[in-house]
Amino acid sequence: MFTEWMGVIVMYGLTVLLAIPLGKFLAKVFKGEPNAFDFMAPLERLIYRLGGVDPNRDMNWKGNLVALLTINALWLVYAFVLLVTQGSLPLNPDGNPSQTPDLAFNTAISFLVNCNLQHYSGETGVTYLTQLGVLMFLQFVSAATGIAAAVLLFRSFIPKSTETVGNFYVLFTKSITRLLLPGSLVVALVLAFNGIPASFDGKDTITTMQGDTVGVSRGPAAGFIAIKHLGTNGGGYFGANSAHPLENPNYLTNMVEMVTQVLIPIAMIFALGFFVNRRRFAWVIYGVMTVGMLVLLVPTLISELGGNPAIAQMGISQPTGAMEGKEVRFGPVASAYWSIVTTIISTGSVNAMHDSSMALSGAMELLGMMVNAFYGGVGAGLLNFYYFLIISVFVAGLMVGRTPELFGRKVEAREIKIASIVALLSTLLVKGGTALAAWLFINYGDATWAVKPSAWLNNPAFHGFSEMLYEFTSANANNGSGFEGLGDNNFFWNFSTGIVLMLGRYIPIIGPVAIAGLLARKKYVPESSGTLPVDTPTFGLMIFAVIFIITALSFFPALTLGPLAEYFTLK
Amino acid sequence: MKTHIGPAIRLTIVMLVLLSFIYPLVVAGIATLAPGGGKGETVTVNGKVVGYKNVGQAFTEDRYFNSRPSAVDYNAAGSAGSNKGPSNPDYLKTVQARIDTFLVHNPGVTKAQIPAELVTASGSGLDPDLSPAGAKIQVARIAKVRGISADRLNQLVDEHTQGPLLGLFGPATVNVLALNTALDALK
Repeated sequence: MFTEWMGVIVMYGLTVLLAIPLGKFLAKVFKGEPNAFDFMAPLERLIYRLGGVDPNRDMNWKGNLVALLTINALWLVYAFVLLVTQGSLPLNPDGNPSQTPDLAFNTAISFLVNCNLQHYSGETGVTYLTQLGVLMFLQFVSAATGIAAAVLLFRSFIPKSTETVGNFYVLFTKSITRLLLPGSLVVALVLAFNGIPASFDGKDTITTMQGDTVGVSRGPAAGFIAIKHLGTNGGGYFGANSAHPLENPNYLTNMVEMVTQVLIPIAMIFALGFFVNRRRFAWVIYGVMTVGMLVLLVPTLISELGGNPAIAQMGISQPTGAMEGKEVRFGPVASAYWSIVTTIISTGSVNAMHDSSMALSGAMELLGMMVNAFYGGVGAGLLNFYYFLIISVFVAGLMVGRTPELFGRKVEAREIKIASIVALLSTLLVKGGTALAAWLFINYGDATWAVKPSAWLNNPAFHGFSEMLYEFTSANANNGSGFEGLGDNNFFWNFSTGIVLMLGRYIPIIGPVAIAGLLARKKYVPESSGTLPVDTPTFGLMIFAVIFIITALSFFPALTLGPLAEYFTLK
Repeated sequence: MKTHIGPAIRLTIVMLVLLSFIYPLVVAGIATLAPGGGKGETVTVNGKVVGYKNVGQAFTEDRYFNSRPSAVDYNAAGSAGSNKGPSNPDYLKTVQARIDTFLVHNPGVTKAQIPAELVTASGSGLDPDLSPAGAKIQVARIAKVRGISADRLNQLVDEHTQGPLLGLFGPATVNVLALNTALDALK
């Protein structure tokens, strides 16, 4: 057990040690200062030239948003077309069929928005062409989109009035050439040399020692799994995601995949500090987020190590904790750690099945996604944190009777309205969607969809409710993990979560970038003794309280009906 | 909007070539140097491939160290966990049945000695490993069926126990396929 704890402590320590220099490096990249990857400049110039982009043209926030949304819309159409025709396209050694339109709609959006909710299984639902040409492509570009959007937000923290905030295309390209691509290449090779397949050979068939004939799915997985984590995408190459022994073969790959997925989210916090020269502020953000992670992690560890009380009653002692849905090579400590990290940072990859988590762990996983701002996805985490920040500044300002302002710019009604709408929208999408699903389950159990509503739950009672709640929470948070027992490949789930995915991604990008743009236009007032300082532990506590209260008010009633009810009945 | 459509299309094509074509080919090319040549490492007995080193397979017979229960019967053409929640009554009945079966096949073992992994399904349905305790609890049964001393079998399990990474990180494991091929090679 000692070595299991050591494993997790070293995984986290290593991440932070790497994230600080990486943050410094990213700040230099995005400021355009000389850095170690300047040898990429010729490649970037080539990309700009072939792409028809003028890298020297700064745009205002509206221009950048239009650029971002236009190219995203194009990717959506491209992805959809390939997915519904993949069955008749090349690079399909296993002869997998094309996706139905509703499944393709869901899959395309889900990878476009960095969520990777998967209503198919990698072994049968996609081809090598779409794995690489659609899904892996979107894993790269959606992560780069998130980073670019966050950097646009950073610019607004710099104390000088300016209309233009940068160039989306340049930030996007540099995110790929200087971070995501080289990083993925290194990780992919480490994974490949530890046994993850990388070749284009199709499914193998073998006869086992007991004489059973079974298939073994393979394919170009190593490169995919690298960007899946580095870009906090999380979509598995295989159905079982990183629990699959060919997707995560040993404890070393588990450590690599874990460090990789949380590296950029933490590095972006430090990058913010270096970028706007407010390192103390970055440490306050880091502190709030880390405390948030621990608040979710500790109960999860306790309940997973405690084992399933119902199985304990049968006389099984469970010294290694709850093992349903877990792999022996990772054990309960590393599995519990992964389940919390993946839900707070919106990766959504799993190395153990969340549907079989203990009830309290399930509640913590859900909470991680409901807050969605403790570290958060690449870029998106800071965007989400930003609206909590705006609301905190406003509330704190009212409490102490000072004008609410952030970095020398007044926060006024318009900004607060945008932040509040973004905050409230997620409540509406998650609870509204779950309510609709529950209503269909009760009233239209026989609706003629591919999976009938009466058959879409894999577990009865409270846990069944949790499965539906989890699916919408995951979609809204653009997380992508699931209580995978849910039979979700039918029109209702594909369509409804597709819509939630889109709103859950673009509103939280548009909102903060718009607020930042509005603030940047305001007159700069130098900080004085009348200014509420935001880089203090006191203000950190304030942000934490705001996050806690908003989340509690929004989501606790729903949690009570699902995992908490299960927890109290299982004891 | 209009001014952005041209760059959007052209930039997308450039990135597709870089990310979806060049990148995976480079990875696949270098991975041919990896064990198994990037196709997955196989295990061969008497010139015949009997499985993939990292992919678990079903061992249900008494003469072998049994692998964990699996939601996909160890057919690696797919992969999945059971996704059963901790309070599901049907699931708890299944676990109870697995306990009863194990006790019948392993007389002398008490309930409290059964490691949890032997009565629960893994996340992938393809778990290649057991814990050392999960293997050793089966030693008495195999010793009886095969007529090999329990000491020799315990030693075999120890030889095939993969300790924590660098002796420091993660749990100890026993690869069931490697253990069983070694078991067949005894005598």
